[in-house]
Amino acid sequence: MLKKQECVAMLLAGGQGSRLYTLTEKTAKPAVRFGGKYRIIDFPLSNCVNSGIYTVGVLTQYQPLALNEYIGNGEPWDLDRVNSGVRVLPPYQAKSGADWYKGTANAIYQNLEFINRYDPDYVLILSGDHIYKMDYEKMLEAHKEKGAECTIAVLEVSLEEASRFGIMNTDDDLRITEFEEKPKQPKSTKASMGIYIFNKDLLEQYLIEDEADPESSKDFGKNIIPKMLADGRKMYAYAFSGYWKDVGTIQSLWEANMDLIGDKPEFDLRDRSWRIFSRNYSDPPQYIGEYAKISNSLITEGCEVEGIVENSVLASGVKVARGAIIKDSIIMRNVTIAEGATINYSIIDSDTKIGAGSIIGHTKSSNSGIALIGSELDIKPGSKIAGGEMVDSEWLAKNK
Amino acid sequence: MSASGIIFSNIHDNNIPELTRLRTVASVPFACRYRFIDFTLSNMVNSNIYNISVITHYNYQSLMDHIGSGKDWDLARRSGGIKILPPYINAYANNSNLVYQTRLQALKSVNNSISRITDDYVVLSDCDVICNVDFNDIIAYHQKTDADMTIAVKSVELTPETAKINTIFTSDEEGRVTDVLSYPSNFRGVADISLNIVVMKTSYLQQIVLDAIAHDHVSLTRDVIARNMKHMNYRVYKYEGYFACISSFADYYSHSMDLLHNVEARDSLFNVKNRPVYTKVRNSTPSYYSPTSIVKNSMIADGCYIEGTVENSIIFRGAKIGRNATVKNSIIMQDSIIGEGAFLNCVITDKNAVIRDGRMLSGADTQPYYISKGKLI
Repeated sequence: MLKKQECVAMLLAGGQGSRLYTLTEKTAKPAVRFGGKYRIIDFPLSNCVNSGIYTVGVLTQYQPLALNEYIGNGEPWDLDRVNSGVRVLPPYQAKSGADWYKGTANAIYQNLEFINRYDPDYVLILSGDHIYKMDYEKMLEAHKEKGAECTIAVLEVSLEEASRFGIMNTDDDLRITEFEEKPKQPKSTKASMGIYIFNKDLLEQYLIEDEADPESSKDFGKNIIPKMLADGRKMYAYAFSGYWKDVGTIQSLWEANMDLIGDKPEFDLRDRSWRIFSRNYSDPPQYIGEYAKISNSLITEGCEVEGIVENSVLASGVKVARGAIIKDSIIMRNVTIAEGATINYSIIDSDTKIGAGSIIGHTKSSNSGIALIGSELDIKPGSKIAGGEMVDSEWLAKNK
Repeated sequence: MSASGIIFSNIHDNNIPELTRLRTVASVPFACRYRFIDFTLSNMVNSNIYNISVITHYNYQSLMDHIGSGKDWDLARRSGGIKILPPYINAYANNSNLVYQTRLQALKSVNNSISRITDDYVVLSDCDVICNVDFNDIIAYHQKTDADMTIAVKSVELTPETAKINTIFTSDEEGRVTDVLSYPSNFRGVADISLNIVVMKTSYLQQIVLDAIAHDHVSLTRDVIARNMKHMNYRVYKYEGYFACISSFADYYSHSMDLLHNVEARDSLFNVKNRPVYTKVRNSTPSYYSPTSIVKNSMIADGCYIEGTVENSIIFRGAKIGRNATVKNSIIMQDSIIGEGAFLNCVITDKNAVIRDGRMLSGADTQPYYISKGKLI
């Protein structure tokens, strides 16, 4: 037995994120780059550390290479610890057989042994899909105060949006009375954020029961939560207010990046009291050239900018040659943009080269959609790629 | 073949008194996000030297804070890694119980540590030479020439001004040291100056140190090199690449500005394949450039917030440049705040300085105006 931990966090990071198309072709969604020098998983990991939770299991399954390498020993988040720390938990072969994670609940079920090694009182379930800052410790305090068996973090959404979420109907004391998945006629606007705290023993019991049920799809939202509710368990909502964004689509990923820009950004990364940590590359400082014009943008270490950049996020190591224009775009790590290229309303994934004079995307106001260019591509000089295109190596082969 | 590194963190402190009043020369901030020692440490790590001792003298809190466990340079290791050797006074080092003055005295004071080095070679280096060099090249040259000691030199044009703060080596066609001049006055012309990077066998260093203790030798140049060069095989290694030797405050300024005006200098320091420069990770956010910002020919670190005009300047991590402020030909160090409408030309603000709204400050390129750490103007 390892040293006891009050609360163990389990971060579900196995999702493919297929609505991010080529961005998740080679990496799991939590490893998708965000905000110049971060990846999505930096947010829940930093939240854990800032909340005093130092035992984090990261459940991986889909394309884990980049994610494994990124997490490493957990040092960037101060999670390289003697008695706790971050552990990557892929599916494994057991005596009874080998199996992929069949659902969120099954993934936790398969790692009950990991959880039990720390003899925790509580288990915090997180997902690696959201951009937000949250103090899980406060949520845990609320959980204890209410004497809850399960606490679910909820966010007030508008009535129109409510039908896209799992909605919690509660009494005045925030005790959950009903759970509706994507209701057509929502009765409340408390949307589940996919963040749960369970009493460990109870969770274990429900996971074992659920595993034995052949009809179950082994999912927290579909099986575990409804079952607990039906059994009259003490389940409470924990109201979170503040920035929270699902970055599961190209559009929302773009929007969340843009929310970082501005003198009073929607989502402020500069707040030193709740820092977001990330793995650092040893890039040199930014160099801004004689002819550069940068306006309302975030620029990161290793960038060399000689062109025009407006309302954009440039990740580390991006090179923008003279005469190139970038507007309303997200340029990921080590992208090179040659002379005279014009990039509008686009997301360009890492290590791609954009040839001289290329025209990528349409202006944002044209409503043509975001142009998405995959990683490690070579876009020939003079290429024209329309707004809304999703460019990967197959697309390039077809459109020679 | 394996090598250990020994770094002198305080030698030459008094060359740039402004910047070393509160820190060692090793921890002087340079190029937006680095400290001098980062270049030496990175050179060592990139040359597979993972057993490094840093000899300190005084004012070394900032250095200890910067290095921490050494993990940012990959030097937090169970075996080897980085070791800080604070001044250690013993009866052998000097009888008057003063902290060391010279490199050789420093080495004598850490004799214990030196006697335990098991690597084949040692690389001794100061911190005020900024370059990106592969020490393996020097060690290979040292082996090839079967030298007892190899000193890296660089051929430069000297004036009496610059000569008097340098050590000049003369050598024959084969590269054998024939003479050494320490801080000569009135020298003019082209000469090979020492980069203060010295390679020798560990066993030879151990012998030098023991000998120095026995004979009360004080100076490596005078008592060892000059005394023995006729009968020992001391060689110069002619380094061809870029280097910046910071031997005065004006030097500090001009070499910083060099990074903006000389692409080659920038590239040969920062864009060498497989030889990145490491530094302490600060987890800064990307820098924000507002719609009112105008930035030209400048190096900017992460974590900055720029609303004003920045030209030909170096802006360190976390600095804020206010609206309508103008910063020209200046160096703004970590977390400094330049108020709205302020005007700065040829100014160096040390860490956490605050320049109030509307202030006008100007130095000259030969004599930049220095604002000390945490000062409010």
